[in-house]
Amino acid sequence: MKFIVALLFTALFGYFLPLFLPWWSFVIASFIVAVFIHQKPWKAFLAGFIALLLLWGIYAVVLDNPNQHILSTKVAQILPFNGSYMALIITTAIIGGLLSGMAALTGSYLKEGKV
Amino acid sequence: MRVVPFFICAVITIALIVLFNIQLPVGSSKTPRLGFFLSPQTGFWQNAEDVSKRYDANIQSAGLRGYTEVYLDSNLIPHIYADNDADAYFAQGYLHAKFRLWQMEFQTYAAGGRLSEIMGDSASGKNFLAIDKFFRRMGMVYAAENSLKVIESDPSYKAALDAYTAGVNSYINSLSEKNYPLEYKLLNYAPEPWTNMKTALFLKFMAYDLAGYEQDFEMTNARNYFTQLQFNKLFPYGQDSLEPIIPKGTAFAPPAITPKPPADADSLYFHFNDSVGVPLKPIVPNKNNGSNNWAVAGSKTASGSPILCNDPHLGLNLPSLWFEVQISTPEYNVYGVSFPGSPSVIIGFNDSCAWGVTNASRDVKDYYEVHFKDSTMREYWYNGKWQPTTFRKEVIKIKGKPDAIENIAMTVWGPVMYDHSYGDKMHDNKYYAIKWSAHAGSNEGKTFMLLDRAKNYNDYVNAISFFQTPGQNFAFASKKGNIAISQQGAFPAKWKRQGQFIMEGNNDEYAWQGTVPRNENVIMLNPARGFVSSANQYPYDTSYPYYMGGSYEMYRGFILNRRLRAMQNITVDDMMHLQNYNYNVFAEMARPVLLKNMDETKLNSIEKKYFDIYKSWNLSSDADAPGASIFVTWWDSLMQCMYRDEFSRTTLPMPNVEHSTLLEGLLKDTAYEFADDITTPQKETVSDEVMKAFKKIMPVIQHAEEKDSLAWGKFKDGGVKHLLGIPALSDLHINAGGGVHILNAFYKDHGPSWRMIVELTDETNAYGIYPGGQSGNPGSPYYDNMVDDWATGKYRRLQILPKNHFSTQNTKGKITFTHS
Repeated sequence: MKFIVALLFTALFGYFLPLFLPWWSFVIASFIVAVFIHQKPWKAFLAGFIALLLLWGIYAVVLDNPNQHILSTKVAQILPFNGSYMALIITTAIIGGLLSGMAALTGSYLKEGKV
Repeated sequence: MRVVPFFICAVITIALIVLFNIQLPVGSSKTPRLGFFLSPQTGFWQNAEDVSKRYDANIQSAGLRGYTEVYLDSNLIPHIYADNDADAYFAQGYLHAKFRLWQMEFQTYAAGGRLSEIMGDSASGKNFLAIDKFFRRMGMVYAAENSLKVIESDPSYKAALDAYTAGVNSYINSLSEKNYPLEYKLLNYAPEPWTNMKTALFLKFMAYDLAGYEQDFEMTNARNYFTQLQFNKLFPYGQDSLEPIIPKGTAFAPPAITPKPPADADSLYFHFNDSVGVPLKPIVPNKNNGSNNWAVAGSKTASGSPILCNDPHLGLNLPSLWFEVQISTPEYNVYGVSFPGSPSVIIGFNDSCAWGVTNASRDVKDYYEVHFKDSTMREYWYNGKWQPTTFRKEVIKIKGKPDAIENIAMTVWGPVMYDHSYGDKMHDNKYYAIKWSAHAGSNEGKTFMLLDRAKNYNDYVNAISFFQTPGQNFAFASKKGNIAISQQGAFPAKWKRQGQFIMEGNNDEYAWQGTVPRNENVIMLNPARGFVSSANQYPYDTSYPYYMGGSYEMYRGFILNRRLRAMQNITVDDMMHLQNYNYNVFAEMARPVLLKNMDETKLNSIEKKYFDIYKSWNLSSDADAPGASIFVTWWDSLMQCMYRDEFSRTTLPMPNVEHSTLLEGLLKDTAYEFADDITTPQKETVSDEVMKAFKKIMPVIQHAEEKDSLAWGKFKDGGVKHLLGIPALSDLHINAGGGVHILNAFYKDHGPSWRMIVELTDETNAYGIYPGGQSGNPGSPYYDNMVDDWATGKYRRLQILPKNHFSTQNTKGKITFTHS
């Protein structure tokens, strides 16, 4: 339950913060959520990771599908993805997830004590 | 708190953020900021437009006076309905920015020598700093500043441009980072406010593109290298088969100016083959920049109304140079293509008439050798005394590096483009100032503003009178039945070959002796032959009292006139075929020469096979014609065989010999002197060289056939390139016919950038297409949706539509503009 709550809050704040702050500001949400909803480090990482993996991955799909992959196919040629929009979506999701997970992991170590 | 893991994780997290927030070097270029670029909230995903997107919006601005409605039709072409002129231009500026902002800005960065600011001093093998220095030293910013003064002193045009600029800025101000066009995100910079100066810079860029071609240094080298006889054969003035725009035999009025060469010209200027030349390699615009336009009178058409056609040949880019638009106010309706970056329709038609342009190609850019007292360049010798120099400081900002500063000496001639501080080290340690007609302040934009409103022939004559540089051939046709053409521009009154070579600058003897008076730019109105036309050939025959230096294409004009003379009962369909006509009249004229000089018995079986393909070619450079590939390669090879031996004895840059020069040389002189290979003891004949040239191309031709790309369309490999040259954003490998010397001038990344046909019947019957799309966003289906139709010669109907034509069903959006 804690895991799900952490995940949801991370995704929620991770969406809103970059509307006002730089693109990377979602890590602040990931960090703070991990501080206040304390979990074992690996669980905190996973919650942070999956939150942004889903947020960025789904958001990318939501923008990409109505575009019929016109732009993602081109960008996947400019970046070394051999024109695969799917590889680009996955990479996007993983980068978001990785940053978020690391921030959450950092947050989990801030709080002392057992879980 | 678990201190050690906390700090380790914190450092890794911050390091990752930094890594994804900076541009990483890859080879000689840089990645975007990957985290920003990939974030669906800020990055490129935001540019992935819903393919069924509607563009409805209500724009409010304090600058607007009335109410404007814009309907975007099914091709995203805006139809603007404004209460007044200023609001119409505001809307046009807004729409240009909305669909083409990056391109508009990028073009002015190029024109103003600012590419290093966004690209860095070099990237992907391109030296942007060198390009910037070139444009600054050529005086582009100086020229635009001079034009801006003229523009701002013309109240009506200034009002139009102010409104346009306000419209552009209204859009820019509405943007947040996530809405920036894709290229800003790729290159990591932000749009800056638009200014009237940027429009002036853009128009000067067109002046460079169309009136910046010269080979003065190369020609000087050639003059020093060849004898006068040889030089005149290699670089003749005029052409034998020429059909000038104003037909041969036209009597010219006595000239108002009689330009005379200086008394010492024979010894000092026309001194062939005797001195050291100038090793330099300047940047030159594409010499094939040209166009076709023509108008046929009602006497030759099926409908009895004139038809006007125009296809300007320019670099084919995405986003396209052109943006289609209709502008309607209570005073006028106009439809056509506009330049993102400038108000008005540039080529198009209104309720009364139509017009189109081709390039005049006259040489209006010369160099003078300046003699400075010393290397500080503070004083130079002119008309018998030391004159003080002024300096223009040009600061070039460079991304990630300190500014580069160019202190350019300004003389009576113009900026000293080449000095000790710039470019290739000159072995001769001399200074060269550039004199270019585009340096003069001028207001070409006013011409288009007036043409958009022109009601009759007199309005056309008045409108084009404002046009100075780049000189253009303006074709005109009206519903009243008039057709006309005139080469308009500010052309220096030159004596023969003045400015073809570098000139002496220590006194005014070599100066331009005035500007050809406007009434000596002959206007052809309603000729008996029933048509007017131009295709970048000489405007007049060489009996014209002024020297028409420049580089002229002859064959397109020749075939165009031949076809137009033969045609009767012309329909719009016929004109579409003519614009897409792939017949190669140059190849037709060359064929007898090649066949006469080929001895088939000396060919092996492979050579014979390809020779037979050439022989059976129908002279039409269609996409599926292998004969066209063989001919073009063979002719290039023959040019090499003929001239390389003579030219390779110098390391200096030399001018190119025209195709027509070789062909006409061979047609009238069977013992063409350049046939002899001067590096061999024996004397080669034309036949030897023709055979040698053919045998030499066999590896290329065979290789092409093995790769299934001998057919002309694949062999020439044409395409439409993104302005940054990024292949993924380009439409490459377009399999289509056409080429150099051909009416359908599509060759590599160059060709008909807009095809337009306007039949001036009571209800205008117009068609057009350009190789691109209305949206500059590579993430839009409208980015390049017209390219395929363009390549196959299809057209779309162009219509000035009434407002009530539009509904939600037949539009992609409705944008309103109101006062806030």
